[in-house]
Amino acid sequence: MMSTASKCVESCIRTKLQNRFNPKVLQLINESHMHNVPKDSETHFKVVIVSDEFEGMPLIKRHRLVNAILTDELKSGVHALSIVAKAPTQWKDDPIESSPNCRGGFGK
Amino acid sequence: MLSINKTTRIGSLNAYKQFLCTKSDDPIQSHIGKLVKGNKIVVFMKGNPQAPRCGFSNAVVDILNIHKAKFEAHDVLIDENLRNGIKEFSNWPTIPQVFVDGEFIGGCDILLQLHRSGELDKILEKNTQEKPVA
Repeated sequence: MMSTASKCVESCIRTKLQNRFNPKVLQLINESHMHNVPKDSETHFKVVIVSDEFEGMPLIKRHRLVNAILTDELKSGVHALSIVAKAPTQWKDDPIESSPNCRGGFGK
Repeated sequence: MLSINKTTRIGSLNAYKQFLCTKSDDPIQSHIGKLVKGNKIVVFMKGNPQAPRCGFSNAVVDILNIHKAKFEAHDVLIDENLRNGIKEFSNWPTIPQVFVDGEFIGGCDILLQLHRSGELDKILEKNTQEKPVA
């Protein structure tokens, strides 16, 4: 199996989510720079995804679906994945908040 | 014939044992099973509530404090078995994790959304014996 080379993690995640959920909105934000990791790391991401599939679906189930698609990434190098998963009827084009700042626990 | 029979029986016994070897037989999993029921609200986090070591864990503590919810916290950074075990227990890949009445509620994102939508009040109230004084 090909290893997930650095730099391609973001595009791998994007492709997987695109293919699986056919999203109306898909934003992938690399928040690794906010954490105590080497420059250009791909360890901390925020996913904003709007898909018809999430209509009427409990929040926890939406998150489980997204996590399940990204199991390999979460096991290999992706350390944090913040998820905003909404149905189109719930989506407002508001600015997405940044995740909370690191408090130093990574790598411990 | 007898020996073949015996082998077959031992084989199926092993398969049965394997079948029985569920999560609860794993010491860390049964330990976590007890931990999540140790309090109405149980949080698995990085650091402790006084000094969270991760922004997401800190946010969970803040939200629960806003709701004046009493909770029990376990620091996964001091126990690698717990850190890995809790992910398997809840089938959830990240920390923090929040349990209410033994049931997995979610991580930071979900708690924040439940807080904003007002649903968290209902979840916590349902699980709090003392009703808040109006």
